[in-house]
Amino acid sequence: MRTTIILKTASNYLLPVLLLFSVFILLRGHYLPGGGFVGGLVAAIAFILHSFANGLKKTKELLMMHPGYLIPTGLAISFLSGLVPVALFDLPFMTGLWSHDPVAILGNIGSALFFDIGVYLVVVGVTLTIIFTISESA
Amino acid sequence: MEILIAIMIGFLYASGIYMMLRRSLVKLIIGIILLGNGANLLIFFLGRITKGAPPIIPGDAKVFTEAFADPVPQALILTAIVISFGLQSFAIVLVKRAHTVVRTDDLDEMNATDEDS
Amino acid sequence: MTQQLILYPLFLQIGIGIILLFAWSKIKFQKIFSILGSVVSVGLSCWLFYYIWNYGTQTIQSGNWAAPFGITFVADTLAATLVLLTSIAGLAVSIFSAGSVLKDRLRFGYFPIFHFLLLGLNGAFLTGDIFNLYVWFEIIIISSFVLITIGGEKAQLEGAVKYFTLNILASMIFLTAIAVLYGLTGSLNMADLAGKIAAIENRGLVEITGILFLIGFGIKAGVFPLYFWLPASYHTPPFAVSAIFGGLLTKVGVYALIRVFTLIFTSDAFLDNILMVIAILTLVSGGIGALVQNNMRKVFSYLIICHIGYMIAGLGMFTEVAIAGAVFYLIHDIIVKTNLFMLSGLVYRLKGTNSMRDLGGIYAKWPKISLLLFIPLFSLVGIPPLSGFWPKINLIKAGFSGGSYITVGAIIFASFITLVIIARLWAEVFWKEGKELPFRPNFGYFTKMKTYKRLQFIVPVALLSIVSLYIGFGAEHIQELSARIADELVNNQGYIDSVLNLKK
Repeated sequence: MRTTIILKTASNYLLPVLLLFSVFILLRGHYLPGGGFVGGLVAAIAFILHSFANGLKKTKELLMMHPGYLIPTGLAISFLSGLVPVALFDLPFMTGLWSHDPVAILGNIGSALFFDIGVYLVVVGVTLTIIFTISESA
Repeated sequence: MEILIAIMIGFLYASGIYMMLRRSLVKLIIGIILLGNGANLLIFFLGRITKGAPPIIPGDAKVFTEAFADPVPQALILTAIVISFGLQSFAIVLVKRAHTVVRTDDLDEMNATDEDS
Repeated sequence: MTQQLILYPLFLQIGIGIILLFAWSKIKFQKIFSILGSVVSVGLSCWLFYYIWNYGTQTIQSGNWAAPFGITFVADTLAATLVLLTSIAGLAVSIFSAGSVLKDRLRFGYFPIFHFLLLGLNGAFLTGDIFNLYVWFEIIIISSFVLITIGGEKAQLEGAVKYFTLNILASMIFLTAIAVLYGLTGSLNMADLAGKIAAIENRGLVEITGILFLIGFGIKAGVFPLYFWLPASYHTPPFAVSAIFGGLLTKVGVYALIRVFTLIFTSDAFLDNILMVIAILTLVSGGIGALVQNNMRKVFSYLIICHIGYMIAGLGMFTEVAIAGAVFYLIHDIIVKTNLFMLSGLVYRLKGTNSMRDLGGIYAKWPKISLLLFIPLFSLVGIPPLSGFWPKINLIKAGFSGGSYITVGAIIFASFITLVIIARLWAEVFWKEGKELPFRPNFGYFTKMKTYKRLQFIVPVALLSIVSLYIGFGAEHIQELSARIADELVNNQGYIDSVLNLKK
């Protein structure tokens, strides 16, 4: 498959911008539209665009590991964020815990943020695994 | 507005079922997608449509005083969309594999499971 | 800490699943870890069951949002019993998988997906929220799709297409039913719905919603006329997968039917009559379907359908005795159906085929194994005092006292036809003079296996046979248990009070 030089050049610049944007969407998710799922999709699209322009092999080299490993990592983070109130405070599963003092840029940090980060990783992992599998077998 | 959405949901369901009844595997997937969208729209619709009143409490109040949009259906739809996203991508991979192995797109020719053995 | 006890089985399964996902290609570790995890899971669910038995229904509001706004997890006696049975069947199938599933399949994440399937099953039994039930159902079917296609043989993929389509359709109908229910009541908590549905004046709408639930769960449970995906797909995947599917997946549909029709749509004569008709047709058509099959697994697939009819009949009669019978049958059926599919896997390893025409002479060659396999086969028929006999007493008693003689007739007919089928199977597979089958050089025959590998086939079958024997000989205890469950289900105020926290 031949790709134009415009797409090739643009994708190299778009990848970091889109990744940054996905993190931005992830972080604003608690009070405003956004969140882990959408952010994860944007991040996945960034990598997919890169693979369209530069080929699957280059993207895999860029990722350095199989995207499948993001799935258990994300699941573990989400699961543990739900488990913290059970283990430390004897509150029901998934009870929201919040820090009292807001942190710069991020605002109040709570267990929901870690849950969302887990979701983000799972979505990136699942989407990339699916797309890579389909395009490899094509 | 309500009548329009109701008709649209009915149309999505009908065309989804119609597509699922066709013999082609690809049309089967299209049917599943249409049916899923119809179901999601139905949840949204049955949660009552409220225009321009997001369920966000102003900073200086404790409770809602006016009518507001029900947030629960939106949460339900989001969940259902994520699930149907997973199912549909699985369906596409499965159909692709089935096509390469069985070498047919016709459901009527998929009768190895009925063989007597 | 005991307050959170309800969720521990879920935590355990999700934990095992995540750890196994990290160890993606380390097959040996996966086998050992899965078996160990399943042993712990049996222990945990015993603890849960013991706790529920002594202290009554327990609830937990996840996220600390009070019911009916948050997602509630409820463990009543029925849920605790089913979680216990799931973990026992899970342990047996986990050992059986370690022995029987091929390496190529294990390398594609068989064990993690298997534990996610168990997670979904446990979640479905424990949740008290109807939309959450939908989510658990989706976890179950997505895991089951992977398990049924893993390996990718021709018949498997064809079976998977049928299984997949009908199950997705069932989910969509279930989702539609939830949408209508939410539109009617504005609530998703099952205990809250119980009160709200009773107060609705437009009974026609309520009945239609009930019918939608019946169709959605009915496809999953495999009732007449919605079962045709089941015999088309259950004989295609590896034996361990068939075992967990046959034992537990259809039973989740039955559980959902029992839960919804005893809690939300209660005392509706119209729905009860439909259930009765469906039950009778399921009993008869499933039995006749099994009669003409030749593949052992297809026979068992049709018998699953046939025996679903008993539970639906019990639910349709809707008296305490009948529901006790249905629950007793559910307990017996989970164990024995799981065992039957593992049994067919063992027979396959002995002779290299599952075709009853070609099989034979197993009793002459392996008398001890045959004796072991006798227990699940004839427990299924219900020769007294084996386990299938006792629940039918309840059902028939309830049928006579309710005056539904056709149902009693169908139950007796189905028992008789099961007897015929199993007797024929016993004669064909075990007693008949064995044919000399063509030797397959690359096939892992049982006789060629090492001892520990053989044990991985024998131990799970023996384990479940012992449980079956206990259900048969300790029928008094199971009867007491199912009577208590039926009492909780029929007089559902206790469930509602404990979810909505009305008692304190």
